Amino acid sequence: MVTSTLGGLRAACGDVAEATVDDTVDGVPARWVAWPGSTEEVSAVLRAAARLGLRVVARGTGTRLNWGLPPTDVDLIVNISRMDAVLAHVAGDLVVTVQAGLRMIDLQNALALHRQRLALDSAGTLIGGTVVGGAVVGGAVGGVGGTVGGTIATAASGPLRYRYGSVRDLLIGITVVLADGTVTRSGGTVVKNVAGYDLGKLYTGSLGTLGVITEAVFRLHPLPEASRWITVPAPDAERAAAAIAAVRASQHEPVALDVDRGAPGDRVTVGVAVEGVTGGIGARAEAVADLLGAAAGALATVTEQPPGWWGRPPHPPQGPAATVSCEPTGLAELLATAPGVLRGSAGAGVLTAGLDDGDRLGAQLAQLRRIATRNGGSAVLRCAPSHRKAGLDVWGPVPALALMRRLKDQFDPEHRLAPGRFVGGI
Amino acid sequence: MTHESAELRLLAAEFTARLGPAAVITDRQRLRTYECDGLAQHRVVPGLVVLPESAEQTAAVVRACAAAGVPFVARGSGTGLSGGALPHADGVLIVTSRMRRILEIDPANERAIVEPGVINLDVTKAASPQGWYFAPDPSSQQICSVGGNVAENSGGAHCLKYGFTTHHVLGVEVVTPNGELVWLGGTTRDVPGYDLLGAFVGSEGTLGIATKIVVRLLRESESVRCLLAAFPRVDEAGVAVSKIIADGVTPAAIEMMDALAIEAAEAAVACGYPEGAGAVLIVELDGPVAEVEHTFAAVHRHCTDAGAFEIRVARDAAERALFWKGRKSTFAAVGRISPDYIVQDGVIPRTVLPEVLRCIADLSAGTGVRVANVFHAGDGNLHPLVLFDETKPGEAQAAEEISGAILDLCIAYGGSITGEHGVGMDKAQYLPRMFTDDDLDTMQRLRCAFDPVGVCNPGKVFPTPRLCGEVPGKHKGAHPLQVAGLAEQF
Repeated sequence: MVTSTLGGLRAACGDVAEATVDDTVDGVPARWVAWPGSTEEVSAVLRAAARLGLRVVARGTGTRLNWGLPPTDVDLIVNISRMDAVLAHVAGDLVVTVQAGLRMIDLQNALALHRQRLALDSAGTLIGGTVVGGAVVGGAVGGVGGTVGGTIATAASGPLRYRYGSVRDLLIGITVVLADGTVTRSGGTVVKNVAGYDLGKLYTGSLGTLGVITEAVFRLHPLPEASRWITVPAPDAERAAAAIAAVRASQHEPVALDVDRGAPGDRVTVGVAVEGVTGGIGARAEAVADLLGAAAGALATVTEQPPGWWGRPPHPPQGPAATVSCEPTGLAELLATAPGVLRGSAGAGVLTAGLDDGDRLGAQLAQLRRIATRNGGSAVLRCAPSHRKAGLDVWGPVPALALMRRLKDQFDPEHRLAPGRFVGGI
Repeated sequence: MTHESAELRLLAAEFTARLGPAAVITDRQRLRTYECDGLAQHRVVPGLVVLPESAEQTAAVVRACAAAGVPFVARGSGTGLSGGALPHADGVLIVTSRMRRILEIDPANERAIVEPGVINLDVTKAASPQGWYFAPDPSSQQICSVGGNVAENSGGAHCLKYGFTTHHVLGVEVVTPNGELVWLGGTTRDVPGYDLLGAFVGSEGTLGIATKIVVRLLRESESVRCLLAAFPRVDEAGVAVSKIIADGVTPAAIEMMDALAIEAAEAAVACGYPEGAGAVLIVELDGPVAEVEHTFAAVHRHCTDAGAFEIRVARDAAERALFWKGRKSTFAAVGRISPDYIVQDGVIPRTVLPEVLRCIADLSAGTGVRVANVFHAGDGNLHPLVLFDETKPGEAQAAEEISGAILDLCIAYGGSITGEHGVGMDKAQYLPRMFTDDDLDTMQRLRCAFDPVGVCNPGKVFPTPRLCGEVPGKHKGAHPLQVAGLAEQF
């Protein structure tokens, strides 16, 4: 049986091997790994997997394989790392088409040579990138960083989401191979396009439960000529919230509005990034500094480089960490009382809480969820060592879950793609 | 009496009992008011019109339709340009115009909550005293509804910088095609689970009816600068656009009009654009003063370098409005220079703009059909206006052909058959030119998840409906799509 399965897979894809310990997905061992080199090969592998009834998890660099719940079973890993080409970049159109196995940092470096970027600064991609005298300044933080496909599948984001939105807002076209091997595209290669359903949004953040992402098209933005970071150490949560509200109500148009807080009761650092032309940036940064300082009751500092914590996850790669969202007016309560280490986009109302790797984890998650829910939001245990997830309600309440189940049934009727990783056991 | 009309009669009685007689229209003359949307070439008198006042009433209406297997279509202000709200002769038209309350304006949370019938511009009017606004600004914003904006993922002149409706909606309360009331998204920007909200926005009324909408409000910009540049030909104007973009500037809007479009606008609203212009550009920048002053100077320079023979800078809001008046009135203004016209909506990559415009000019010269061009030049969204006279034999046919040929050009150059007007019923036949059968079939898997029996705005977007396989619950006899003559069982 084992031999015939391997044979079937090898007929579909030249590069198939037995899985090693490195291919374990969140504590669940896999049996085989395929390394397809093209969308067509991914399709052939998934057709073979369908025939053989194999459960499949897609992966790139594996940076965020521990997000969500462990899959109930994994037979086959489809590793898309070999598919790492930039397929088309028309600078004048501010659009790029890439294979999903391309690393985000490599994409950003390629774009930076044209003074452009994908305005998505999730951990491991370009943080504070700018071009000085023809050379790219700035670099990756938080590890080597994930692939384009993994970034889409996890909907990872960074400080820039305040101005530019997240993956869903920048993705304009996508190619996905469904569980039965069907190759399917939606969107296109132009920014403005309302032809057909926008399935890219469904795949974004779906943790590989609807299909294997093989190509993506993004809208790009120019790299700014100049950037400044303005930070203020607010003595308490209330004054931090006041500073955030002041920026929000102002007309300074920052690209990021982030916070960084240690334990509850610690001071809260509010950080703002402004970008623009060299001629105007100094005056704009000073104006933001005045506003922040007055609202927070502390001295604000302007720098030409981001503060050390900027864009870095406030937790080790294995977690535990939660994604917390709340309405803007709920920030004061969140910053004052949320357990763990808090960091993230106060502007967008989406933060990360680094939690205890211990017995208190469940209680911390429950408390976070109470605070978030009271303020219109949610708290999801994004990642944690696998044994810690057992027995915890990782997702919390999910609205429209019945519709989501019906969607999964339509896209993957046999539930063979990343079974169990997503909400409601999907 | 047909089987369907008996069913509609029962529904009319049920709706009248539940919603009151004022909410139900059965009179043939009054039904005719709703026979088309903004795409007047297609007309179908609806079987029945209902005007619910609340989400609960809407849900009850949809449940009754679903139970009876009667198709329904939602309609807001009826300004859509692709026939998305074209009624079904044997179906129910659900009109949202009585759900017109603004429920909340909350600048501290950067949002407003509105009912679907609320007029787009009214959101901004309600928020502007506090210095905030709703960004999507389709040309019809004085009459179009926010529910319609959600259905169509409406854009507008300023989406170059600010994006489309999908970027400005945080959550929707939806009546699903089987009559359930659910929330997609919410009041924050991160909600666990699949992004059903993202799929719903722009689904052209095929996945349900939005009954409450949480929209983002944006803070008004500190400074807005606007210039009007006149060029001898569209080629030079195209060069100016490329230079501006290549310089790393993201204007709020870059709009272009060609000579024929200018002629029409002058005839209609006497906007007083520079004489002898083969093309004009309207470029608007907004943002902090310290930023805009620098970039505006750069834009001015690029226009001059590209060959602009006159550049006017708006000194105040009134002058800015005058620049925009010509542009925003163009569609209607074309009526001054031609008895009939088709408004086309296609997208091309910005870099092939001059090439595609030359192709359109060649098409026009080769057939004698006049084409006026207005477009969102910044994002390559063309709105060619194909002029004809219906009373002259063959002209309507020729105009249709040119209009279709322009879409083929858009596809050939890697663009799209619609940038903001939607597919609706008008372009359903063109969708397979952009997507494979597998692509369309996958999209319809989403439709099947929401609407397994195919009663929600059937016949729109997709040229051929997909049968959804095992339908939860019972369904005896023929598939409703077969009954409706919309599909064959394979």
